[in-house]
Order: sequence, then C-alpha cells, then structure tokens
Amino acid sequence: MATGNDGRSTDQITVNKRLKYEARLRQRSMVVAGVSTAIVVLSIVLLVPLAPGWEGVKTSFFNGEVFAKTLPKLLKAFLWDVAIFAWSVPLIFALGLAIALARAVRSPALFPLRIFGAAYVDIFRGVPVVLVIYLVGFGVPGLGLPRPWNSPYIWGTVALVLTYSAYIAEVLRGGIESIHASQRAAAICLGLSERDTMRYVILPQAIRRVIPANMNMLVALQKDVALLSFIGPVEILRQAGIFKSLLANFTPYVAAALIFLCVTVPATRYADYLMNRDRNARS
Amino acid sequence: MPEAKLSLCGVKKSFGKQAILRGIDLDVAEGEMICLIGASGSGKSTLLRCINQLEPVDDGNVWLDELDISAPGLDLGPIRRRIGIVFQSFNLFPHMTAMDNVLLAPRRVLNEEVQGLRLRAEEEFARFGLAQHKDKYPDQLSGGQQQRVAVIRALVMRPEIMLFDEITSALDPELVGEVLDVLRELRAEGMTMLLATHEMGFAREVADRVCFIDGGMIVEQGPPEELFNKPKVARTQEPCTYSLKELNCFMVISKGASSKLNFSALLTLDLST
Ligand SMILES: Nc1ncnc2c1ncn2[C@@H]1O[C@H](COP(=O)(O)OP(=O)(O)OP(=O)(O)O)[C@@H](O)[C@H]1O
Ligand SMILES: [Mg+2]
Repeated sequence: MATGNDGRSTDQITVNKRLKYEARLRQRSMVVAGVSTAIVVLSIVLLVPLAPGWEGVKTSFFNGEVFAKTLPKLLKAFLWDVAIFAWSVPLIFALGLAIALARAVRSPALFPLRIFGAAYVDIFRGVPVVLVIYLVGFGVPGLGLPRPWNSPYIWGTVALVLTYSAYIAEVLRGGIESIHASQRAAAICLGLSERDTMRYVILPQAIRRVIPANMNMLVALQKDVALLSFIGPVEILRQAGIFKSLLANFTPYVAAALIFLCVTVPATRYADYLMNRDRNARS
Repeated sequence: MPEAKLSLCGVKKSFGKQAILRGIDLDVAEGEMICLIGASGSGKSTLLRCINQLEPVDDGNVWLDELDISAPGLDLGPIRRRIGIVFQSFNLFPHMTAMDNVLLAPRRVLNEEVQGLRLRAEEEFARFGLAQHKDKYPDQLSGGQQQRVAVIRALVMRPEIMLFDEITSALDPELVGEVLDVLRELRAEGMTMLLATHEMGFAREVADRVCFIDGGMIVEQGPPEELFNKPKVARTQEPCTYSLKELNCFMVISKGASSKLNFSALLTLDLST
C-alpha cells in the first residue's frame, strides 16, 4: 500500500513537472509566433503603402464602394457555383464508383473492363481540368446539337464529372485495396458471391476509410467549378469579370476570392479534422 | 470411392516455384475430428484453403461426398456453404455487429425466412455464452469472443464439415480455453472437423486422428495416443523441454535435417508438457 501511494505521488510530481515544462515551451513558441507575425504584418502595412503604385492598386483592388455594390450580385452568381457543384457530386461519385469497381473485378473474362477502367483513370487524371473543360465544353456543342443540349452548363458539368470521377475512382480503389485480403476470404468462404462480398463487406469499409480524402477532392472541385467561366456559364468568376470590364476595377475579383474562402476554409478544416480523427482512431 | 465425407487424393499446390503441398492423401469420415500439426510454414493453412477451394489445387482431387469440388468451372458458392471455416484472425467484418456478421451470409444465400434465422442465431449466441454480446461490434469484443462469433457465423450456415485454422494462436493465453471449449462442444455433437493447431495437448485430448505434416506431405498419422506415445519414428533426441517457440526455431534451424528428427522433437515437447 505504502509503496503504491509513494509511487503514485512521485508519478504525480513528474507529471506536473512535465506539464509545467510543456506549458513554458508553448508559451515561448506563442510569443515567437506572435512577434514574427506582427513584424511581417506591420512591415506590409507600413511598407506597401510606400510603394509608388500603391494608391492605384488600392483604388482598383480594394475599393470599398465597388465591393459593396458588386457583392450581392456576386453572391447570387456564386449560387450557380454551388448548384453546379451540388449536381456534379452525385454524378461524380456514381461514375467514380463504377470505374473503381471495373478496376477491381477479378474474373479473367472481364479483363477488358479493367483495361478500360485503367485507361479512363490515366487519361482524365493526366489532362488538366481546364483542357477537358475546353474540349468538352466547346467541342460537343460544336456538333450543332439542338437548344437545351448545347448548354455550357451541361457540358461543363460533364467535363467536371469526367475529370473528378477519375480522381474519386482512384481514391476508392485505394480504399478497396486497403481492406485486408482475409476479409474477402472470410466472406467468400461463407458462400457469398463476389458481388455480395464487394457490396456488403468490402465497399462499406473502403468508403468509410476514404471519406477524408474525398472531402479534400470536394474542396478542390468547389474551386474548379469556377473554371466553367471559360466556356460560358455566368457563375461568380464570370460575373466578377463582367463587373471588372464594366467598372474598370479589380475589386470584384477580390470579393469573389473572399467568397470562395468563406466556403473552402471551413471545408478544408473539416476534412483535416476527419483525417486526424481517422489517424488517431487507427493508431 | 472410399466411404468418406471428405477425401483428398494426391493434392498438390505450389506458389510460384515453391511446392507447398506435394501430394496429400487424406480421408475424413463423417463425424471424425482430425488435427493437422506441423511446423510453421509446413502448409497446414494452404491445405485447408485448398479444401474449400479458396486456393485452386494444381493437381489431385478434393471429393466432398460424391462430388469432385476441385474440378475447374464449378460454381463454388453452394459448395463453400457446406464447408465452414474459421481463420486465425481478421475473421469478423468490423463494420457490422456480431449479430449482423452472423446473419449476413444466411440472409443472402439461404432460402430461409429472416425470423427463423434470427432465432437460430440467437440460440447459438446463447449456447456459446454470448447472448449479451450479440449487438456489439467486433472491436468491442475480446479476441476469444470474436473467435466464438466467427464459429457461430460458420455454424448458422449448417455446414457439413468445419475447418479451423489455428483459431487460438492469435489469442492471449487466458482466452484460449473458452475457444477450445467451443470445439469440444462441436466434437460432442459429432461435427466433422479438420483443424490445424499448435495446441498439442488439445489435439491429444480430442482428436480421432492426428496428421503430422512436413515438407508438404503427411509424414505420419494415427490416433493421438499411438502417435504421441509410440511414434513409429525412433526418437533421436534425448527428452528435453522445448517451448513451442523454441520448437519452431529448432525446426527452422534444422530444416535441412530429416523431418523425422523434427517430429521426434515435437513428440518430446508434448510428453514433457
Ligand atoms: N498466397 C501465397 N503466395 C505465396 N506463398 C504462399 C502463399 N500462401 C502461403 N505461402 C507459402 O506457403 C508456405 C506454407 O504456408 P502455410 O500458411 O500453409 O503454412 P502453415 O503450416 O499454415 O504455417 P503456420 O503454422 O505459420 O500458420 C509458406 O512458406 C508460405 O510462405
Ligand atoms: Mg497457418
């Protein structure tokens, strides 16, 4: 008993010592970070206005009046970005899943399907998104399709879906392959078909495992929706461009950037949080 | 054809150039319990996996009743249903509760109504002392409980024969007993069983027949008392005590030496425990 108590109290003391030591360290790094940030910010605030062109930059990029005037319309245009994002996501996941499954088939008879899946992923991950958007967005309507079918909203969405489903397929395939082979063996041994094994045993585990990685893909997608401005849809970037020409002022771009940040920063933080939680849970 | 539930004839299996099974002949009668023993890497797991066709055999046949289940092109689903297997670890599906683990396959595969299945599963849970754990997830169960759930999951399929691949070797020593009790219970019921094990004492207690596998062959087999007490192979070692780990080391070190030497070491171990 006595030794037990002694042991605990010495433990307590060392723990307290360590906590104190860590608190001191933390305090010191906080001071260092605070001071260095202050120096950088101060020098920007003090030095940049000394630059010869500062007055010009201020009126054309950080013009409060223009900002207030254009913000409501920019927000409204941003709804298009949100809408395009919203209807692209289910399509991307459906196609991505199909491609991932095509790459995961084992039967030799379905080998061509695997080749197709691999080629698809290689091609659409290998070409810049902008190029796919240009090629699909200008190329397909160029075929002279009738009225609703030549819409840049449709073909822009198709371009995004093609590219992003390739990425998602790769992420999913990674998840599928990360599931231990004995899980498959256990399911097969119970007499489940390959299909049921995938559907009830492998996929549910794989999808759970890749949720954080997919969150990051979604953040990237939300930004890339703005690329559709090149082929026509009047979403936020396009709207900002219109304002820029109209008002001869770049402030709308800054406003658009801020609007994006309001969405992407929380989303990225959330993805990081998921990723960390995942890592902690596994270790 | 011999009157056997399961019958292996000249089964061979290689991985690449490495021959793992070099011609295994084995008949398992209805209700018989056979223990496979042998050094690590001797091919026990491979043999079990070849029986339920998880690995296709290179040569030879596996007969289940009158059916050659090693013939290529068979629909293996219905065959695997008749052969239950439990592995060393990673058995359960971690994203499902114990009950869902047990019910998944019968629901998808058997033509039985869910209500009856659930009752049957609950009976099995109760029988193996897991009634209060049936709605837990695998990571909320101890290793021994997980293995028992895995056994239940195989049993609800009403298999005709059960294969066990060292199902206690990943467990903490104090959990081994509860899992071996399950095997004893199945034995008492007359289940046909084939089990790879390092638990010599257990093999000796319950097995009808023990097969010693070495170098991809069954080098000796017989009832346990015969095999353990009066081995046909002359003992070449003085009695000495090896722990199981040391034994495995010893067998690896003496890989070049004759298998007989290894076997007598194994017997020595058992007699001394
Ligand atoms: N899929 C595989 N591919 C290549 N080699 C394999 C494969 N599976 C098993 N082997 C090899 O076959 C040999 C026998 O393995 P097996 O697992 O059957 O032995 P074991 O008797 O079960 O051993 P243990 O007691 O350690 O479980 C080993 O040398 C192993 O490396
Ligand atoms: Mg093994």
